[in-house]
Amino acid sequence: MRLFFHEVRAQQRLFWRNREAAFFTFFLPVIFFLIFGAVYGNDYIKKEHVKGSHFLEAGMIGYGVAATCFAGLAISMVVRREAGILKRVRATPLPPLAYVGAVLASTFVVFLIEAAIIILIGRFLFSVGVPNRLLSLLAVLVLGAVCFAAMGLGITGLVRSSEGSSAVINAVYLPMAIISGTFFTPKNYPGFLKAIANVLPLTHFTKLTRDVMLHDAHFWADGSAIAVVALWGAIGLVGAIRGFTWQPRSA
Amino acid sequence: MSAVRVRGLRKRYGTHEAVRGIDFDIRAGEVFGLLGPNGAGKTTTVEILEGYRDRDGGEVEVLGEDPQRAGGPWRERVGVVLQSSSLYPLLTVRESLRLFGGYYARPRDAAEVIEIVGLGEKADDYVRTLSGGQKRRLDLGLALVGNPELIFLDEPTTGFDPGARRTAWETIRNLRSLGTTILLTTHYLDEAEQLADRVAVLRDGEIVREGSPAELTGGSGETEIRYRLNGDDVVERTADPTLRLNELTGAALARGERLEGLEVRRPTLEEIYLELTGE
Ligand SMILES: Nc1ncnc2c1ncn2[C@@H]1O[C@H](COP(=O)(O)OP(=O)(O)OP(=O)(O)O)[C@@H](O)[C@H]1O
Ligand SMILES: [Mg+2]
Repeated sequence: MRLFFHEVRAQQRLFWRNREAAFFTFFLPVIFFLIFGAVYGNDYIKKEHVKGSHFLEAGMIGYGVAATCFAGLAISMVVRREAGILKRVRATPLPPLAYVGAVLASTFVVFLIEAAIIILIGRFLFSVGVPNRLLSLLAVLVLGAVCFAAMGLGITGLVRSSEGSSAVINAVYLPMAIISGTFFTPKNYPGFLKAIANVLPLTHFTKLTRDVMLHDAHFWADGSAIAVVALWGAIGLVGAIRGFTWQPRSA
Repeated sequence: MSAVRVRGLRKRYGTHEAVRGIDFDIRAGEVFGLLGPNGAGKTTTVEILEGYRDRDGGEVEVLGEDPQRAGGPWRERVGVVLQSSSLYPLLTVRESLRLFGGYYARPRDAAEVIEIVGLGEKADDYVRTLSGGQKRRLDLGLALVGNPELIFLDEPTTGFDPGARRTAWETIRNLRSLGTTILLTTHYLDEAEQLADRVAVLRDGEIVREGSPAELTGGSGETEIRYRLNGDDVVERTADPTLRLNELTGAALARGERLEGLEVRRPTLEEIYLELTGE
């Protein structure tokens, strides 16, 4: 346990010091919330029956989970792997699972802060109420963080070099974020995009978040959405178990 | 007692046999040098001993355990410098040592390690801003910080300036005097000669010679004598330098001459090495 907290502290330090990564994975969802909130926050989105800012708040938390727990985690783990840092850590008595656990815990802390900032901006700039069911919201965030982090670790096995990591991972998560309707409602999308959106985990994570935040739904209200997110998490986990390595791939 | 025991070790990559059945022992408390040209199999051997790579054949025992299966308590006792530097760029030197020291039950103090590896001036600088040789010194520091009994050093002084190399040699000698067992690979023959109690020369995955540096250089039996005769440089090799020198100097004195540029040398480890590895 002492080792675990020792490592979480170090991981926090490493995250915040890496300004570029912190910008893309932590601040960008916040900045997009401000920009798009200013653009269409006051419009009423008929198809969703909500105001733009209400819609966007849950969407940016969804975008945040993809940016922080999936893309940010995956890129930093590939970079560390290729720099030989993961390999070096394996030579120490720190249990491998304690290391991975600490990285995940640290990522979750970052995501929670991000979600809290988004909710506060919603409250004070766009007069979106703070959600009533905070425990259900926390449960949804944990579910999303765990599943997207599993996918993030899973995709590291498909990336062979540091240089390729942001290209590959951005190519996956940016289209996913847009198709999943984190920025705009997918209800206006053409049929084939809707079909894709329907199988993507981010669509369902964002729906769960939106239901809890806007409609006071319980965490467990939409079992099928939970199942889709969890299924993707399981696929990520299998990918991680098979493809995650501690030693550089390109060496 | 042996700290490391290797018998018939084999490792294949695809069809290429990188290590072809090697045997050696490293006694507790000694410095063992592993030499050999690029691609000879040094890193492969060392990383099998560190538990990073699985062997294809043979037996390996490191501190009484099979590294392929060893766990946390074993890692407490082993320090590692990998062939390529492996550091978090966004931690300072001191933070790196504290982080890694925290993984061990009885770590050395970060300040003490900073002193040992001579990074006092850089202690609070980001690793990113260090020079290549300074990063390498931190790699060495991270291998020491856990206070290990056995240290694997894969080309630890590559990229060091001559002063830093002397300092590192001093560090390694100090560790040895504290009873630490050290396996060192290096391309610097003087380094092996200075530090190693015994060396093994690896070539194409096989050990072609093993012994103390003195045995290796003395074992060839030949001594080189150089002098100038009538303006020409002469180089002779002889198994009995006492007799040959007596003849040469006797003859010169009889002619009332001096032997200009007279030099008597044992072959250096480098020359033996080049002969053994056929370069
Ligand atoms: N992961 C690997 N996959 C395939 N071949 C490898 C791998 N690692 C090493 N080899 C091959 O095995 C041989 C031995 O490599 P090794 O790295 O052990 O050499 P070395 O003695 O450490 O060389 P150097 O002095 O250049 O560090 C080389 O021919 C190398 O190409
Ligand atoms: Mg090597």
